[in-house]
Amino acid sequence: MKIPYYPGCTLHERARDFDVSARECAKALGVELEELPIWTCCGAVFPLVTDSVMDILAGVRNLEYASRIGDKLVTLCSFCYNVLKRTNRVMRDDLEKREKANLFLRADTAAREEVESYTKTDYTGQVEVLHYIEMLRDVVGFDELRKKVENGLGGLNVAPYYGCMLLRPKKEMEFDDPEQPTVFEDLLATLGCDIVDFPMKTECCGGFQIVNDEELAVMCSQNVVSSAIKRNADVIVTTCPLCRYNLDKKQEEMIERVRGFRRIPVIYFTQLLGLALGIDEEHIDFSDNYVDPRPVLAEKSLL
Amino acid sequence: MRLKLTRDLIRDELITRVQDLSGQSLLQCYQCGKCSAGCPVVHEMDIVPSEVIRLLQLGQLDEALDSKTIWICASCLQCASRCPKGVEFSSICDALRQIVLRKRMATPRVDADDVSAIMVSDAPQMGVVGALRKLNG
Ligand code: SF4
Ligand code: SF4
Repeated sequence: MKIPYYPGCTLHERARDFDVSARECAKALGVELEELPIWTCCGAVFPLVTDSVMDILAGVRNLEYASRIGDKLVTLCSFCYNVLKRTNRVMRDDLEKREKANLFLRADTAAREEVESYTKTDYTGQVEVLHYIEMLRDVVGFDELRKKVENGLGGLNVAPYYGCMLLRPKKEMEFDDPEQPTVFEDLLATLGCDIVDFPMKTECCGGFQIVNDEELAVMCSQNVVSSAIKRNADVIVTTCPLCRYNLDKKQEEMIERVRGFRRIPVIYFTQLLGLALGIDEEHIDFSDNYVDPRPVLAEKSLL
Repeated sequence: MRLKLTRDLIRDELITRVQDLSGQSLLQCYQCGKCSAGCPVVHEMDIVPSEVIRLLQLGQLDEALDSKTIWICASCLQCASRCPKGVEFSSICDALRQIVLRKRMATPRVDADDVSAIMVSDAPQMGVVGALRKLNG
């Protein structure tokens, strides 16, 4: 089965390990992620002001590209997912913005001299935006997934970190409960992990503030990391390259700030999924992790 | 803090502009403080989210625009998610930033030339793009 896939900029650069592990896992589950033939950056953040059509255009273009090859679009990065899903909703429900955005699309296609084939197909929000976790749950099915698990991850204490963008705003994302989400836990349980519930699982890691006010963002991340450590987690899993960076790489700073700080690996959920599905370690690729997860995985006989 | 309250200030067109841009009705807020309580960066703010809204209700736009608060908000949407009245402070915050950035009333907090080489070579692309869009305009 082929499903259109939007990797986004970060998965093509800094988060290659996320992209590669996700593709390999999908393949093992009988799904081919078909990367959009053309795509651009989605803009990373959804505009919260009401008057801007310009700011959603990047998202609209990507959705329109997707509509040419399928009726779904799978993505992995929490920011991309948030932007594409909210943009899609605008195109579906806000007739005035839809109209304006389509004028831009027509100008695009005119510029590319493809007027003939595309002028009549306005984009109306017809593509269904799915997060990879939703694809696992709704397209593959957790029961099917369980059958494909080769190495159960029993004994590994995993703290699922949701962060912000998957969950909020709830009425638009419709992903899970914003305070007590469970889908990540359900997925991890399917893989046999021991789940660590921790109070900061939906708190912000500091996000893009890492670029503006590093200390502020490190403080936010440190709260999240410490909370998982206190609950005896072996690893934290995430689905966002920015969360991964803040929580993992910035432990460099946390070590300096907190005496006796114990480091904890932060990995993408697809890397864990890859382990469970028996994917080659080369495709899971732990080389980019700042805190190396291999020692703890080896200790639990998972490598 | 001394505030001068006048009908003109409270009905200032820029206050209406904040409501239009954010899509939020300022008078919906009944000052319970839940937005401030849940904000992950509140301890670094000079004026906390619920106070910003109160100032706007009283027409004190300049206080809000000059605050450090609007530049350290991480747009995590926790405030909006928890407000019992459905007020999205995150959107109000975006509107305030946009007013400043569009009118070029202050130098942008994140300058494209300013993001150090290390960040560009190290941080995930979406973090850099996100910061530039939120804090540079
Ligand atoms: S949570 Fe809502 S009602 Fe309460 S102070 Fe904040 S904006 Fe006002
Ligand atoms: S969106 Fe901004 S103000 Fe609201 S909780 Fe998050 S950081 Fe605080």
